[in-house]
Amino acid sequence: MFELLGVPPQALFGQVLLGLINGSFYAILSLGLAVIFGLLNIINFTHGAQYMMGAFVAWMALNYLGLNYWAALIVAPIVVGAVGIAIERLLLRRIAHLDHLYGLLLTFGLALIIQGLFRNQYGSSGLPYAIPPQLSGGQNLGFMFLPNYRAWVIVASLVVCLGTWFLIEKTKLGSYLRAATENPTLTQAFGINVPLLVTLTYGFGVALAAFAGVLAAPIYSVNPNMGGDLIIVVFAVVVIGGMGSIMGAIVTGFALGLVEGLTKVFYPEGAATVIFVIMVLVLLVKPAGLFGRQA
Amino acid sequence: MTDLATTEAPAGSIALADTDDSTARLHRNLFIALAALLVVAPFVAYPVFVMKVLCFALFAIAFNLLLGYGGLLSFGHAAYFGMASYVSAYTAKQWGLTPELAILLGTAVAALLGTVFGALAIRRQGIYFAMITLALAQMVYFFSLQTPRFTGGEDGIQAVPRGKFLGLFSLADDRALYWLVAAIFLCGVLMIYRIIHSPFGQVCKAIRDNEPRAISLGYRANRYKLMVFVLSATFAGLAGATKAIVFQLASLTDVYWTMSGEVVLMTLVGGLGTVFGPIVGAAVIVAMQNYLASLGSWVLVVQGVIFVACVLLFREGIVGVIAKWIRKPL
Repeated sequence: MFELLGVPPQALFGQVLLGLINGSFYAILSLGLAVIFGLLNIINFTHGAQYMMGAFVAWMALNYLGLNYWAALIVAPIVVGAVGIAIERLLLRRIAHLDHLYGLLLTFGLALIIQGLFRNQYGSSGLPYAIPPQLSGGQNLGFMFLPNYRAWVIVASLVVCLGTWFLIEKTKLGSYLRAATENPTLTQAFGINVPLLVTLTYGFGVALAAFAGVLAAPIYSVNPNMGGDLIIVVFAVVVIGGMGSIMGAIVTGFALGLVEGLTKVFYPEGAATVIFVIMVLVLLVKPAGLFGRQA
Repeated sequence: MTDLATTEAPAGSIALADTDDSTARLHRNLFIALAALLVVAPFVAYPVFVMKVLCFALFAIAFNLLLGYGGLLSFGHAAYFGMASYVSAYTAKQWGLTPELAILLGTAVAALLGTVFGALAIRRQGIYFAMITLALAQMVYFFSLQTPRFTGGEDGIQAVPRGKFLGLFSLADDRALYWLVAAIFLCGVLMIYRIIHSPFGQVCKAIRDNEPRAISLGYRANRYKLMVFVLSATFAGLAGATKAIVFQLASLTDVYWTMSGEVVLMTLVGGLGTVFGPIVGAAVIVAMQNYLASLGSWVLVVQGVIFVACVLLFREGIVGVIAKWIRKPL
């Protein structure tokens, strides 16, 4: 067996793959955070809880309604997105005129409520969710074994990320969104329904989180605590990337997942903290973030 | 300077007006009442409960110094609280230090950590500041999780000896320990009160209300921000270190992000930017946790509901409402 940089290639590529999968989740979640922040000017702390809800809706759909994975991939984002729209209309809108920090506090409270409710109902040990039969098994690539489901997660999240980028940067709807991010008052003066746009944007960002949750369900067990720690890492990703650019969020997400995976190979003790360390370095060198605009 | 800082405060913010004589007298009387309450409390309530309230009240006051008077929302104050708690527990247990030395050492480590993290976090503002402090605190959490030789990992550091104060007076008895904790609390509160009403505190408020103006007046805003951050982290550390001696325990709960959230909640409930609010808020939340302890995860739900309700309906907090009612800053 040959070795690569002193590590067996199986382990190396296995961790790279795992890193890319984590990176997919970082990318989708930080993308959602960036889109929401752009228009609503709040950091959505509930994002992690909404990711968790996505996984739970998939689990519930399977166990209570008999809907399979593919249906859940559509249904969960819609359901969680609808809850998000209700949250925006009923709660966030009321504090839109206040300091942005209140938005953070409010969504933090919501995250506690959602996490607590799910923990009461389902405990914190986690529920299994099987890989859909179409995606079980894997490919032997010669240098490593590639499970089909993991390949699917990376492809699906890439498609969703690039689709979102296309939607925002290249379509008419996206141009409204960018205009409203730049100057909501003027955009509204041109006859565009900005409040509706705000609601839909929040719903869309939340739906992205739920989509990531469904993708994650067969890999990690479905657990009420799955979003809480993840969201803090995603915050660090957002600080590193800066929230100015959509593509920046995607690239930073995947890159940091990869770095985390590699750290797991070469220095396992540092894997949990490497993203935070990178955040510290970025703050020292380029405080605005790698893709940030604001000084 | 002080005039600028206060008269230009945006309407609706809870700026502390210049302390005129009647307000100063009111505050003095309230402090005397607080001291009297501290003397009576252990005889009417369970001393360990009162000590828990005092530790968290000090923690919340320290947090409020940063948010209420510096305008900086740190979402990672558990790092200083928890790290000080670990250091104080470790040195008291493994090195056999006397409690006052263990507490001082824990506080010093929190101050050091606050200096490093503060210098990093003030490089960004507003929402980013909150995210950075949260991420840095999570780094401390993972560090604690991965160094079980120091922190005891999942078990934490248990059975920390309370030891003898100055090597002479045993603190094993709850009542004896209570007087030490009450003294630490009162000193902490008075020192923070002094800081808030010093020229330094006035400049901090000026920066909070209008940073570009403060800079244009020649103040180095970043130095003031860092200083108030370090002070806040230090007092948070003092609270955490004392807590470790009281409960004879330092655990991962102390450095986890839920702890950072709790201190925000206490301050919010009591009244942001008020002197006495965090004390009231801490008492309310600790009492609630005790009362609901048997309900498991419902505590989380109830805390979340209080959070949401406070932000939507009750942003001034308990003491803030009273202050508005009697038209005096509290």
